Amino acid sequence: MTHASRRAVLVLPIAAAALPAAAAEDDMATAERAILAGRTPVATGIAFEMPPLSENGNSVDVAVRIDSPMTPADHVHAIHILSEKNPVPRVVTFTLKPRAGRAEVATRIRLATSQQIIVLAETSAGQVHRAAREVIVVLGACVEGG
Amino acid sequence: MIHRAVAALILAAGVAAASELRPSRDFLSPELRALQDDPSRHPGWLWVEDGEALWQRGERSCQSCHGGIGSMAGVATRYPAVAPDGALLNLEGRIERCRTQQQNEAPFGTESDALLSLTAAIAQSSRGLPMRVATDGPAASFIEQGRRFYETRQGQLNLACGQCHDENAGRRLRGDVISNGLGTGYPAYRLEWNTLGSLHRRLRACSLGVRATQFPLGSPEYLALELFLASRAAGLPVEAPGLRR
Amino acid sequence: MANPIVARITLPDRARRGEVITIRVLVRHPMERAIDAAGLTPLPRKILHRMRVTYADEEVFRADLSQGITANPYIEFTTIAVETGAIVFEWDEDGGATYRREVRLVVT
Ligand code: HEC
Ligand code: HEC
Repeated sequence: MTHASRRAVLVLPIAAAALPAAAAEDDMATAERAILAGRTPVATGIAFEMPPLSENGNSVDVAVRIDSPMTPADHVHAIHILSEKNPVPRVVTFTLKPRAGRAEVATRIRLATSQQIIVLAETSAGQVHRAAREVIVVLGACVEGG
Repeated sequence: MIHRAVAALILAAGVAAASELRPSRDFLSPELRALQDDPSRHPGWLWVEDGEALWQRGERSCQSCHGGIGSMAGVATRYPAVAPDGALLNLEGRIERCRTQQQNEAPFGTESDALLSLTAAIAQSSRGLPMRVATDGPAASFIEQGRRFYETRQGQLNLACGQCHDENAGRRLRGDVISNGLGTGYPAYRLEWNTLGSLHRRLRACSLGVRATQFPLGSPEYLALELFLASRAAGLPVEAPGLRR
Repeated sequence: MANPIVARITLPDRARRGEVITIRVLVRHPMERAIDAAGLTPLPRKILHRMRVTYADEEVFRADLSQGITANPYIEFTTIAVETGAIVFEWDEDGGATYRREVRLVVT
């Protein structure tokens, strides 16, 4: 993606300066590392639906489903949606209990521009499922063109 | 940007015959059409719900005179309409009349949440019913005024409405598919607005698009235009609250 | 509790015990970002930053939201029908306001 290098340039000097904890999740990679906490994610058992081309970045449908028995011993307890190029990388975190019955959520997110979106799902057994998708945004969420 | 996009269109003057016009929903992407059809996911229904609550609110509620909101079924298909005193009223204008003359309250105000909500709730009760505004009698001169507006080339781009909405309907312009430019889906929830908005707000965007004069919300110019658009839509279904990109 | 909030919550009226039901939630809220539409003027952020759902004495679902969630947010999730009673939805707004709505589910 053409914007990736510009983003990297913008981020580097900030990352170089030691920032307080609040600013630590300044980009998606940092946010992802914080959630993974050293665990290696698996790409299986997770379905992540998002249109590859979004008509308007103000509203992009996302749906996530993880194969899980949702028992007290083995259930998905957190689902995170991370954005590569939004000002805030951690878009949303869903907290689930076994009583959800299924690990299945959907929402609508706004995207500043075309980018990659990552979903991480944490299970009570310590596993992390990961899925990533690219989305092209036809019109940025920050434009009011009439 | 729009200049270049418009230059790419093959422009020819003319207004499509009513029989060639298609419902606005036919021009939506499958995703937006599905959303327009699904009250559990369509954010416009938040305004419908609010409007239905407002309908019953207060001592002199709308309901106290009109009964349940179901009594409004079919009303939106007849608006804009000429009132006995000769004023051309769209649905919003008709509601504001009851607000000021029947409830003796200050008007809600154009584009206020309350007015949009009531309009959406009333229009929704006509969803799927065919448009049938009166075009004869006192409406005739307003229709003519609206038709002139529609057929006149305007703005820096020197375009008439029909050059896009008749001659180029179905083609892409920027990220849009050009529809027949009907008002049947309004008030509509536009993703770009992040909210519900009136037809006049949408018309202002089209005026801006061709760099022409933007008339105020509720202005006589847009009211006559709205009536002409409604007469073009005769027989096509009310889609309000619409869902647009 | 602050002013009422317009929410539209869609779920079945009744369900069988043990059945997994889908709940769809729409809320009218501008989810004001910390920046205006043109990206120029900073505004105070004012969003619903959390939605909590309680049912049968337990928090069954929570969403921690950022300004990356759409205006008039939409959230869909599932829960197991365990008993007849209220499903309680609560939203926390920046600035400290909390909004609450209840929907009754009949379990047979
Ligand atoms: C005190 C009684 C009264 C109240 C209160 C009232 N109305 Fe009316 N309304 C009328 C009357 C009378 C008419 C005109 C009926 C006619 O045109 O024959 C009317 C007409 C209308 C119409 C046009 C109906 C049509 O068939 O063309 C609409 C729409 C309407 N009212 C909406 C509202 C709304 C919305 C409210 C509340 C904000 C409201 N009214 C409150 C008495 C009332
Ligand atoms: C340069 C081409 C162009 C011109 C000229 C133009 N429009 Fe549009 N208009 C569009 C596009 C593109 C849209 C968005 C797609 C759509 O809904 O048709 C639109 C949307 C609309 C809509 C909303 C339709 C809906 O269902 O959401 C209406 C109503 C409308 N135009 C009316 C007009 C009127 C009246 C004029 C003349 C004053 C006009 N337009 C001039 C391009 C144009």
